[in-house]
Amino acid sequence: MLDLSQYESLGAALSGAIERWPDEICLIEADREYERCRLTYREFAEAALRLAAGLEETGFAPDHRTAILMSNQSKWLISAYAVFFCGGVLVPLDYKLTPAEHLALLAHSNSRALIVEYPIWRTLSPRDFSGTRVETVLVTEAPASSDLTGAKRWEELCGERAPEFRPRRRRDAACIVYSSGTGGRPKGCVLTHENYLEQCTAVSPLGPFWPGARYLSIIPTNHAIDFMVGFVMPFTGGGTVVHLRTLRPEYIREAFTRYKITYMAVVPLILKNLERGLRERFAALPSTKRRILNALVRVNRIATRRGPKPWLSRVLLKSVHQAFGGELRALLVGGAFTEPKTLEFFHDIGIQILNGYGCTEACTAITVNDMKPFRPDTLGKPVAGMQVRIMNPDADGVGEVAVRSKTVMAHYLDDLELTAETIVDGWLLTGDLGKIDAGGHLHLLGRKKNMIVTTEGKNVYPEDIENVFESMPVKEFCVFAANYLWPQRTMTGEQLVLVVHPDPDHNQNGAIGREVERRNQGLLPYKRVSGYVLWPEDFPRTASLKIKRNILAEQVGRRLDRSAVQLL
Amino acid sequence: MKTLEQTTDEILGLAARHFKIPREELAPNDDFYKKLKIDSLRALELITRLEHHFGIELPDYEVQGVTDFRTLASRIQARL
Repeated sequence: MLDLSQYESLGAALSGAIERWPDEICLIEADREYERCRLTYREFAEAALRLAAGLEETGFAPDHRTAILMSNQSKWLISAYAVFFCGGVLVPLDYKLTPAEHLALLAHSNSRALIVEYPIWRTLSPRDFSGTRVETVLVTEAPASSDLTGAKRWEELCGERAPEFRPRRRRDAACIVYSSGTGGRPKGCVLTHENYLEQCTAVSPLGPFWPGARYLSIIPTNHAIDFMVGFVMPFTGGGTVVHLRTLRPEYIREAFTRYKITYMAVVPLILKNLERGLRERFAALPSTKRRILNALVRVNRIATRRGPKPWLSRVLLKSVHQAFGGELRALLVGGAFTEPKTLEFFHDIGIQILNGYGCTEACTAITVNDMKPFRPDTLGKPVAGMQVRIMNPDADGVGEVAVRSKTVMAHYLDDLELTAETIVDGWLLTGDLGKIDAGGHLHLLGRKKNMIVTTEGKNVYPEDIENVFESMPVKEFCVFAANYLWPQRTMTGEQLVLVVHPDPDHNQNGAIGREVERRNQGLLPYKRVSGYVLWPEDFPRTASLKIKRNILAEQVGRRLDRSAVQLL
Repeated sequence: MKTLEQTTDEILGLAARHFKIPREELAPNDDFYKKLKIDSLRALELITRLEHHFGIELPDYEVQGVTDFRTLASRIQARL
C-alpha cells in the first residue's frame, strides 16, 4: 500500500498509485455473462486525463463542484479521478433518488458540472435546471440517435492540450456527501482530502489490498462505504475493483467464482440474503452430507474461536468456500445494524465478517470488529486514530456516542447552525446511543435522533418524507421515528409513524386511514410510514409557526403507547 | 403478440407460484413489495424469473422505482 502520509490529496495519491502500478489491472466491468471492459492503471489514467482535459476546456476550475449520478461502473471512478486531477470537489449523488430530489441537491451543492448516465439523464433532462448552477452536463453511453439538448457525450469530451494537475491541500474539500435532506434540511457533509487519507490509513490494515486483490463493488459508490472500500482503499493498494452492471443476486454469486473476489462490502440486507441462500442449499443436502457438513462447521467454529484461520476453513469447508470463489478474505458489513446470529452463521462457516459502525460525518468507519476474538454481540473497537466516548452516560453506562478524529468532516455545507449542534468542542455527536464494554468494544442500543436506518443501510429522516402528506384534509401532521416517540434499546425493526391532528369534518368512516395509505404508496417502500396515531390537540409551535418536534414527541410518547398506532 | 392484460396475468401467476401464495390474492395494482412481503433483493429475483419466462432482458434502471405489477407488466410488454 502507498504511504498516504506522503500525499496531500486524493488526486495526488491516485496519481501515485498510477505511477507505482501502471500495468496492474485496476478496473473490471461486467454485465451479466460478458465483460464490458478491463483497464490497467495506465489505461485508467489515460481515460481520466482525456476527460480532465475536456473538463478544463469547458472552463472547469479548481474548487468547482461536479456531481456524479451513476450506478456502479468504471466511468464513475474514471470521472472522479478526472475531477480530483482538475482540483475539483466531487458531489456523489444517490442515483436512486427522484429527479426532483436530484435537482434539489444539484442546487444545494452549487454543482457546476454534472456527469450522468443516459437512463438517468432521460428522466432529468426535461426538468428545469434554472435553480441550479450546472453549466456542463456529460452524459455517458447515450445512444447515437439521442438528442442530448445541450449536454455533451462523456465519451467524446476530449481537450486539445494535456490537462494540468491542480494540487490541493489536505484541509481542502474533496467531496460533499449528502447523508440526508432530500426533502427537508439538506445535510451535505463536507469531507476533506485529509478525512479520506486518514480513514484509508486507519482501515487498510484490517482489509489490506495488493496487486491481484479484487473487490466486488455492489453498494452504490456514492455511499461513503463503497467510495472508501471500493475506490480509495483498492487503488492505494494496487488492487482491482470489479463492477457489475446488474445487481441480481445470481450474477453477484457468479462474480465471486468468475473473478476470485477477495473482499466485498455489503449492507445487512444483502448479508441476510446470502445467509438465506446458503441455509436453503444446506437444507437441500442429503441427510448424510448434511450431518458431515454440520460436524465440519462445529470443528471450524471451535478452531477459529480465538481468531480466523482462513486456510483451515477453506480446507474444512471447501465446497462452501468455493462457492465464494475460494479466495474471499472478508465481507465488510456496515450501513445498518446486523443481527448477531447472522454474523455467527458466517463465522461458523469460516467466512470472516468485518462488522463495524460508522457514519458519513466521520468518513465511514468509527469502529470495526477486529476478530480477536470474534464478538458477534458488539460493533468492535475504535479504528486507529479514532477517539470514542459516551456522553452523559446513565447508570448502565449508556449515552450518546461521540467521536473525535482526523476523519471527522469539516462541516455541513452552508449550515453553520447544524454544524455547531453536531460538532461540539471537536467531538462529533452521532445521535446514536451506546456503551463501551470492559473490553473496549462498542454496543449500540438505540437512537437519540429522530430517524431510522433500514437494513439496506438507508437513512430516512422524517422531515424528508413529509411532503407526500402535504394538503391532506387534516389540521396538521408530523412524522416521527417510532423509537423516538417510544425509546427502546434495539437497533432492529425501526419504523416511521405519522402523528395526525384530525379535522373532525374530514374523518368520516376512517377517511384519514385511507388517505394516509394512498399517499404512502407514493413513497419508495423503504421510506413508507408503518402506521399513524390520532392526536387530538394543537401541535406546539415556535413563534415562526414551526412544529416543536421534540416537545410534541415527548407529549405523544408520554400520553400514548405503541398500541395506539393504527398499522397500515 | 400478447396483450398487456395477458402479460400482467402471466406475471401474477408466476409471482404466486414463486412465492407460494394463492393466485386469486394478487391483483394488477398491488404493491408487490407489500403483497408478497419481499425486500428489494427478492424483488430482483422475481424480475430475473420473469426475464427467463418472457425471454427478455430488463436493465436494472428500467425497473427502478417500480412497485406494482401493472407497471412492471408494461415495462416487460415494451420489450416483447
